Amino acid sequence: MAEKQHIMIKGVKEGLVFLLDDSCELDLLLDELHYKLEKTHQQLLTGPLVHVHVKLGARQLGDEDKERIRSVIRAQGNLIVQSVESEPAAGSELLQPPPGIQLISGIIRSGQTMEREGDLLLTGDVNPGGTIISTGDIYVMGALRGVAHAGVSGRTDVIIAASLMRPTQLRIADIISRPPEEWMSGDPAMEFAFLNEGTMQMDKISQLYRLRNNPIMLRGV
Amino acid sequence: MGEAIVVTSGKGGVGKTTTSANLGTALALLGKKVCMVDTDIGLRNLDVVMGLENRIIYDLIDVAEGRCRLNQALIKDKRFDELYMLPAAQTKDKNDVSPEQVKDMVLELKKEFDYVIIDCPAGIEQGFRNAIAGADRAIVITTPENAAVRDADRVIGLLEKEGIAAKIIINRIRQNMVKSGEMLDIDEICQVLAVDLLGIVPDDEKVIKSANTGEPTVMDPSSRAAIAYRNIARRILGDMVPLMLLDEKAGAFKRFRKFLGIG
Repeated sequence: MAEKQHIMIKGVKEGLVFLLDDSCELDLLLDELHYKLEKTHQQLLTGPLVHVHVKLGARQLGDEDKERIRSVIRAQGNLIVQSVESEPAAGSELLQPPPGIQLISGIIRSGQTMEREGDLLLTGDVNPGGTIISTGDIYVMGALRGVAHAGVSGRTDVIIAASLMRPTQLRIADIISRPPEEWMSGDPAMEFAFLNEGTMQMDKISQLYRLRNNPIMLRGV
Repeated sequence: MGEAIVVTSGKGGVGKTTTSANLGTALALLGKKVCMVDTDIGLRNLDVVMGLENRIIYDLIDVAEGRCRLNQALIKDKRFDELYMLPAAQTKDKNDVSPEQVKDMVLELKKEFDYVIIDCPAGIEQGFRNAIAGADRAIVITTPENAAVRDADRVIGLLEKEGIAAKIIINRIRQNMVKSGEMLDIDEICQVLAVDLLGIVPDDEKVIKSANTGEPTVMDPSSRAAIAYRNIARRILGDMVPLMLLDEKAGAFKRFRKFLGIG
């Protein structure tokens, strides 16, 4: 067998933990698993029922491959596979918002909640009783009739924009605003809500560039 | 193989049972073989509206628990040979039957009938899950009230999750109130719910009267609600039928002009 060991078997309180190396090939791993169970660790097979947890390290496997591992272990009568798990892929990648804007289409109906990291563009409506939440900006191409919460993790420089702004409630960071008591617009133009010194304000979408100070490069003239 | 249609709404009192009874009867009137299933266990009403209460021997729970065969529990309507109903139990509750059991019953009924109309209880709990289990498509009833539209929206969301396509019927419309802006108008409701409109039914006192006499409204062609239900039944069959005009006043005026001979 290969000189480097790819499988470590540890005993824990609940039973056995199989630590599988995550850098070698899967077939090699399966061969070694087979070999270990049949040849070198026969004492395992004669005891009472033992629960086995398989840890795959950073290796991500499909259900089919997981089943292959299970079946090799299961072939030894007294071993019961409890779980086959991978560690979540490198944590930092998941926490960071995916770059760019996330485009989602659909109707968020009463009782439904859509939650996303980063900026979110919804093509569709948010109905009364529905909630849309993001850590960044929220743009709704459609009617916003429900609740929108932008900057949910605390950012105050985010906006909520909607083609038709008829929300039951708007929230940016921890500021909550309740139309029409606090502001009312009968304007059919696309609008956005933003925070100005801790209070929610509404303006036409054409005024957004003033808030953002985006340099605009125009050709011509 | 027939088609199973669930009639649901979320909110109570918007007219699920009335609609089920009238659509079932209207489809039978159009020559289809129809079975109506009442899944409102513990609060059965469909049999009362249909005037069949005194013919019940077995019910849905009896079928589920194997005390009788499905065919034994079916009640034949007194007006049509091709119209049947499966009544709900009155002494049990919604948890006494599982979605799988209802689904099996509906599947069996679909083999024999062109249409299976399932009358759903109010709410979105066990009773709702039972009712939608075997459905191919759904009719969501709403009225021009904010609360009813909210609940309809919630129910449409739940149906979409289950992969059941829904169409809406707006029930109990009072044209004079819509005109004066006291009631939501049809366009507004359709915009929010964003699904196809299957039909609109005007508010009609005859509906209450006929529910009490156990004679579905749809049998009385002088009722405006009856015409609305007949139109909806034809749309279910795939016909293109224009929405009915709700302007009662114009109608009365026209009749008056006709009476004078200038219309």
